[in-house]
Parts: sequence; structure tokens; C-alpha cells
Amino acid sequence: MKPKAFYYERPASLEEAGTLLSEQGVFSKVVAGSQSLGPMLNLRLAQPDLLIDVTGIPEMTLVEADRESVNIGACITHANIEDGRIEDPSRGLLAKVAGGIAYRAVRNRGTIGGSLAHADPAADWISVLPLLDAELVVCSPRGTRIIAAGDLMVSSFTTTLDPDELIQSVRVPKLSSLARWGFCKFCQKAGEFAHAIGAVLHDPEREVFRAVIGAIESPPIMIADAAKLFSGKSDADFATEIDEEMIRSLLSDQNITDIYLRKLSFVALKRAALEACAT
Amino acid sequence: MGHSDGVGASLLRKEDDRFLRGKGHYIGDISLDGTREVAFVRSPVAHARLLGIQIPESIRSSVFTAEDLTDVKPIRAVSPLPGFKASEQPPLVTDKIRHVGELIAMCVADTRAEAEDIAAQVMVDYDVLPAVVDMLDAQLSDAPRVHDAWNDNIYLEVSYDGDIESAARQAPVSVARKVRTARQVMSPIENRGFIAHWDTRLSQLVVYGASQFPHVVRTGLAEFLQIPEVQIRVISPDIGGGFGYKAIVAGEEICLCWLAMQCGHPVRWLEDRREQLTANANCREHYYDMTAFTDEKGKILAFDAKASVDTGAYSAYPFTAAIEASQVSAILPGPYDLPVYRCSTVAVASNKTPQLPYRGVARPGCCYAMELMIDAIARKIGIEPYEVRLANLVRPEQMPYDNVTDKHFDSGDYPELLRMAVAAIDLVTVRERQKRGEPDGRLIGLGISVFSEQTAHGTTADGKRRALYEQAFARLTPDGRLDIRVGIQTIGQGLETTLAQVAVECLGINISDVHVRLGDTELSPYSTGAWGSRGMVWAGGAVARACEEIARRVAGIGAALLQTDVASVEVRDGGVYGPEGSISIGDIARSYYLTPADLPGDTDPRGLETTEGYAPDRLTGIHSGSAHATVVAVDPETGSVEILDYVITEDAGTRVNPMIVDGQVYGGAAQGIGTALFEEMPYDSQGQPLASTLADYLLPGTTDIPNIRLLHMETPSPYTNFGQKGVGEGGAIGPAGAIANAINDALAPLGVEICQIPVTPRRIIEAIEEQRQ
Repeated sequence: MKPKAFYYERPASLEEAGTLLSEQGVFSKVVAGSQSLGPMLNLRLAQPDLLIDVTGIPEMTLVEADRESVNIGACITHANIEDGRIEDPSRGLLAKVAGGIAYRAVRNRGTIGGSLAHADPAADWISVLPLLDAELVVCSPRGTRIIAAGDLMVSSFTTTLDPDELIQSVRVPKLSSLARWGFCKFCQKAGEFAHAIGAVLHDPEREVFRAVIGAIESPPIMIADAAKLFSGKSDADFATEIDEEMIRSLLSDQNITDIYLRKLSFVALKRAALEACAT
Repeated sequence: MGHSDGVGASLLRKEDDRFLRGKGHYIGDISLDGTREVAFVRSPVAHARLLGIQIPESIRSSVFTAEDLTDVKPIRAVSPLPGFKASEQPPLVTDKIRHVGELIAMCVADTRAEAEDIAAQVMVDYDVLPAVVDMLDAQLSDAPRVHDAWNDNIYLEVSYDGDIESAARQAPVSVARKVRTARQVMSPIENRGFIAHWDTRLSQLVVYGASQFPHVVRTGLAEFLQIPEVQIRVISPDIGGGFGYKAIVAGEEICLCWLAMQCGHPVRWLEDRREQLTANANCREHYYDMTAFTDEKGKILAFDAKASVDTGAYSAYPFTAAIEASQVSAILPGPYDLPVYRCSTVAVASNKTPQLPYRGVARPGCCYAMELMIDAIARKIGIEPYEVRLANLVRPEQMPYDNVTDKHFDSGDYPELLRMAVAAIDLVTVRERQKRGEPDGRLIGLGISVFSEQTAHGTTADGKRRALYEQAFARLTPDGRLDIRVGIQTIGQGLETTLAQVAVECLGINISDVHVRLGDTELSPYSTGAWGSRGMVWAGGAVARACEEIARRVAGIGAALLQTDVASVEVRDGGVYGPEGSISIGDIARSYYLTPADLPGDTDPRGLETTEGYAPDRLTGIHSGSAHATVVAVDPETGSVEILDYVITEDAGTRVNPMIVDGQVYGGAAQGIGTALFEEMPYDSQGQPLASTLADYLLPGTTDIPNIRLLHMETPSPYTNFGQKGVGEGGAIGPAGAIANAINDALAPLGVEICQIPVTPRRIIEAIEEQRQ
């Protein structure tokens, strides 16, 4: 269980990284915390010619805030978010999610951008950031573009990123002071990838009432108008009105018929809604 | 005699000084100049005819196949039990592949990564055959054959017969269940690993191997490599966990040693986690079909069972494919007094990795199956499960007691162990809490298991003698210190400390002056090693015998120096005490070696060193007893299980080091919790193992282990040196029964009962949903 030999570069700038990523005929992989790619290299599930370590690029560890949002560098670790070392746009949601990712040892190295680019459907950020309306700042030698977090993942481990593109940062809009959220994930064991994820966000000031069902082996199910899920209610105790039939039907649309996963996804969303209502 | 650091002292472990400082020396820490690394080409399929192996010319000299190993014998582990069919396991596949991960070729290079590069270039041609995956399907007459020459897929059937039919006619109550346990994978932190080189000066193969029994490894290697045993030295360094996984001799080390004898440089193979999970460390996996016939109060009048054990593709060396099945039939009655018993167990061959004996061997499965039945009986007749247990447990006044399968219980009080556990878990309060219900909607359940553990046995399942004696060497050195060498190996159970405590008990010298050395065939008497919870009974007894003999020799010299009669002296507190005056053991050693002119001419010519042997007074085993009781909370919406309370009562006889006994019980219980709730190696219908990383094969983590409350009872065994009983495996036996019973107790209001372990969230939710529909 040792990796196939590969070359390793640690560029100091986005330009340098772009040049390396654009090299023709070279199968390269971008690496940051190496918490998913590392084991895949050892298992020889990934056999790149070149590893491009982006943790030395200053822009990728920057955190900048303005009135509307906080822009989090892609190489910010889960632990830094968990510990509140960056400004929080989410009234605690990001920190709660970060603190539940794998184990502390993984969180010390694993990064928000790396987790997104890896696009494991059972990972946390890929489900939660679309709920928050986050955007990804994506750069390449061809320039910079913005992708909605919900548009990144195509299917398991597959994204809309082009081979020469890099997630530079994640821009998360600030929630209003009235915002309520709930996040619930189930693992059999601490540190495991989730069996089910449910999250709910209600921010009346910004007219957002959204829910997400994640960890379903495909991109998360986003319910943009969550009021439908709760019989049109959005008042203090909307959670009690949750429509199990609607969730079942949404899951059936994704060919999820497994009794356990259906039940767990429903309960995850229900508990997330209860948490939001208890705020 | 007797000493504050002797038997009964909770001394900190001597070996922890190096372990806790990160100075342990494991197989991965050993570095020999010029070592090259080995990786294996393994079978990607479960069952196939091997048609050919294509090796590119550029790597031909770095790759070895069965055609190269012509002077190596296949592994044959043969049980003496009647009807046993032996398998032949060539170290590298010759003609037929029988499980995923089977060894096909050995590749050598300067680094492991390069050896894996070479392995990736070797192409294997094969013709896939239908795989034998399920142990019940394997017994159908039209099932494919794992071994072509056999007329079925059965290694062995072990039966006990009893007149069930007449007893059943008298029984007002009958309860039947079919129960399954998962295939597990033994998962020590340190996997297996070996380094081998040929010492040209001594004309000797030197093998460093993580092994529980270096002497047995030497015997096995000598047989398979066909060289004299004296030409092999096996050194077992520090061991990062054994549990039975390092009590085997398998293909990897045979191939590696063969290569070391050819190539002129050291070679090393360190098993990686994927090899351990998918190709090597399989264990457990039982199926039981049981019926209990009882009276109205739950007293069992007759017990009938048919069991199967999925033994895998080959009979593993040296414990054979018979060990698990023969234990199932013999041990299923547990601590209960069953008047009539019938059981037949088959060891089934399948296209899976050979089944190996894991901590407790068949006992955790048997305990789970029997304890589940006890609770099912209790539910059927509507009384507390512990009352059914009390109605059936062997009673203290019956000791010593020979049970229905001729197991000889030497001592103990099982009803009291149970009563202690029931009191400690506070059954009455838990039942009240259950009636009230939980504000969070979870369901509370209470579960109990009781078991008798046959430990330290010197016989095989058929009662034949397996080990004659364990020996210990002891030498008083000129500086007055004691050099103890035993052939057993310490695998985490603290033998460097506890064997020293035995020496202190016998001689009264300082514990810091006792040096216990283990794990090297060149330095120690022969030993069958660390297995079967035997270390403290057998090696402890042997060290006591050797020290007692040293005490006699010291007494002789001391008496001479004190100018008195040997009958009038006493050896204690590190010295020889006469009617007038005393002399320290250190001074006696100095006199013997350095100033022998002071000694009389008739001093014992055998000097101050000796090798002495020991066996307990009965070889059929020393029976430890234990009860586990637990309270769990089950979330009926998610299937998650939280252990709220866990009590263990344990009778390990006289405890040589009570702190170490506690550690053994805690560690075993953690593994038992894995058996109950987490660990499972699933196979698909083609015989592919589906949990190939520790992200898929779930082991319990620290946060999954509750604060276990441990209570002791000490019933000294009449058959051992100090009354000690084996305790290494016990903790792992009880949890599956107790936890599964607690979950079923919690789910009882929903009409749900789960008869399979591990009891995962998925199984709980599926069972609840199935009941609802």
C-alpha cells in the first residue's frame, strides 16, 4: 500500500499553479490537506504523474470579509473554522459542521476547498455550502469565474471544474440576525462519513427558507422553497409539519429506495428542522 | 514467603517504561543493512483455475512463483479428530485459486513501493469458477467444491448426542431461534510482519517475526522449508497486539524465508491494512439453529442445536480448521446445567480467507447464541431473564462439576457472579425507568450474559494432550540478579511484569532485580506460546517451579555458609535465614561464582541455574467465570445505540497483578463491543470481501467504549500454582450476548427481536420497518 512514484511541486503563486495545471500530457492532481487523496494514492486508486500542493499560495489561505459576505481561502482547514479563527458569516453553522468532520487529526489538515473539489457526496461542505448560497471563486490561466456551490458537483467524485481550474476561495453570504438553521448528520461511528445529512436554513430577512438532503451518492437534494416541506409553514414550530411523503418522493426521484437510507434521511431533516425551530 | 511486590500486587508494568516513552521495538523498527522489500501478487478472484502467470522479461529476476519454490512443502494443518479432511495450501498458488487475496507470486525490490510496481506488472491468467460464499449453501449437494478431491465442503462434523425427543415430550415450553454472527477481521494496530536473513557463519536462518509463539513458528518453518530446526532462529520483538492473529504460520513468511535462503541479503514483508483485511485475518462467522425445551419456570430440560462455522478455504496452521467447530459443540452449553444436550457442528469450507482463532475463539459466538436463547425463553414465559439464568446455572455446591460435554468446572460461583451484576446494574431502577419512558423517545434495554471460560487448557477438543509442560529457565547471576527466560511471548498482557512478580513471590528478591526475557527461540526453552489464556497459569507455574528449585539450591549454599543444617533454614525476603543469622541471596550468588573456595565440596553440581517444567494439575482447563450486564438506549428512528452503563463481574481466581487483570478485561470488552455493534466483513456473491479499508470495516473507537464498572470475585483454582485462572480472553466473550440482549429488551415493546450480530443501525431500522409492515 505505497503510492506509485509521482512528481511533487509546491507553487508559490496562482500563476505558477495555473502553468503546472495546464501542462499537456501530464496527469496532475491538486493536493491541499491530503486527507482523501493521500489514502487514495496509497491504495493506488489515484496514480497521478504530478501532485501540485497549493498550500503555499498566499491567496488560498486568505480570509476577507465585506458587508455582504466572507471569502474563505480554499486552503483554510476545517479546524480553523471549527475553532472560530475566521470571521463567521453563518451564525455558527460553519463551525458546527466543521467540528463534526471526521476526527480532529483530519480536521487539522483537511481543507474546505479540498473537500469540495474531491466531491465525495457523503462529505459535509458539498451539502452545506449550497444551503448557504455560497459561491466558489475558481481560477485558471484563462481567468477567474464564479460557480454557485450547488453547481459544482456533477456526480460522485465528479465536478464541473476544468482540468486547469482551481478553487481559490469560497464566498459565503452573511446570514441576518433573524436567521435560524439546523444541521444533522448520522454516522454509525464518530469519524465515519455520513450515512445521512439533513440541513435547514430559515432567514426571513433575506427571504431564504431552504433545506438540503445530503450524503446520497449523488449531488445533494436542494429544496429551494422549504415551506412546501412543512405544509407552507415557516413560523416558530414549522418542524412539526414535516411532510415525510414529500421527502420519500424526492428520494425516489434519485432512485433511493433503501428503507434504512430513506428513514435516516427523513429523520436527519426532521431533526435539523427541530434544531432550527429551537433556535 | 510472600512479598509486597509478589503475587497480588498491582505493580505498574515494567515493559511500559519503554512503551510509554515510544521506545518499544517492533518489527517495523528493525533495520538490517541491505534489506530488500517484498510485495505479493494476490488473487483478485475467489475461485478459479490458474492458467498461467505472465512476467515481463524486465522484471523476471525479481518475481517468484510456485514453480520456483519446488523445495517447499504445502501447509497442512491436520486435526486428530475423526473424520477430519485436511487441506493442502501451497504457499504460492499452484493450480487452483481458493480465495481473494491468495498468494500467487512474490516480488522483491529495494523499496515496498517498487515491489508493488513490479507486482502490478505481473499478469495472472485464470478461469473463474463459481464461488462458495455462504456456509449454508456450501452444504447443498450441488454446491461447487472448494477442494476438488472432497465429496462435500465439510472439513469436520463434531457431534454430541442426547435423547432430545423424550425430554421434549415432557417439556411444556419450547423456544427456537436461528442466529448468525458476522465474519470478523482481527485488527491489531500492528499487522503481521517478518524480516529474514541467512547467517552464513552459523548456517542459520534468522527470522524476526511478530509472533505469539516463536517456537511454533520455527517448528512450522522447519517442516515447510524442510531444514533442521536448529538451523532456524525466530526472534519475536515487541508485539503491537496479537489476539490470535500472530499465532499462525502462513504463506507469506514461508515464501520470505525461502527467499532469504536464496538471495544473500535480508528481506522484509510488512503486511499492509488491505492485506490484513481482505486476505488474511478472517475469524468468527457462525450460524446456529437452536431449540430449547423448558419447564414453566425456564429450567432447561433439553437443548438441541445444529451449527455451522464458515472455516474458509484452508485449514490454518497450527490450530487447524477443527478448532472453531469443535469448540462450538463443546462450549455452547456455557455455564448451564443442561440435563439433555444434542449438538452437531460442521466446519464448512468456503472460498473465503481461512478462518483463524480470535480472542475467545468460538466462545463469543457460543455465548451470544446461548444468552440470546435464555432471553427468548424469559420473554416467552414472562419472567426476568436473570431468573431463567439462575434456574439453570451450575451451582457452587456442585463444584467440581463435569458438564454435559465433559467440561470440568474446577471452581467458582456463577449464581453469585450473576447476582452481583444484577445488583450493580440496578435492575429494579432500570425496569422503573423503562416503564416511565424517555423524554427523547429512545428505548431503554437491559441485557445480561453469563459465561464460563475454559482457559489454560493443555488438551485439544478431543481431550488429547496438546501441551506436555511449559518450561522456564532461571539463573541467579553473579551480581545476585535473576535471569528468567520463557519461550512464551508477551503480546500486551504484561508477562515481563507478572512473571517477575511470581519470582519475587518465590524468592523475595527485589522486582527490579528480576529480568524476564521472552520471544527468542535461541534464548528460551520450547513453548507452544501465548494462546488460550494460558500464560499466567502455565508460564507462571513454570517460573514458580524454577524459582522454587533456585530457592532449594540457594538454601543449600546458604546453610553451608551459615554453618547450619539445610533443614533449619528458610528462604525469604531475598535471603536465607537460619537459626542464628542470615545471608542475602546476592551474597550467596557472589560466593558461588566469585569465591567458590568458601563453599563446601558437596555443593549441588547443577549450580544456580535450572530449567523446570510445569503443567496444571488438570489439563482440561481452568474455568474462569464472568457476568456482563448492560443498559443501552436505542433510538428507534435512527437505530443508533448508546451504552449507558456496563458492569462486568469476573472471577479469575487469584489475581497475580489485579491492575493487569483489569486491563485484560477492559481491552477484551472493547473488542467484544466491536463484535456486538460494529465489526463485519461482508462478501458479495462472487466471494469479494467488501470492507477493504478501516473506513469500511468499523472498529469501535474510544468514544464507543463506556466506562466499564468491574467487580471481582476470587475463587482460587484448586489446580494451579497460586490459584490463578486464565483471563486474557474473557472480556471479549460477554459483550455480544449482553448488548444484543439489551437491544432486544429495548425493542421488545415494538415486537422486534434481532438474531444477528453486529446489531447495526441498519439492522435495527430494517427490523422495525419490517415489523411495522
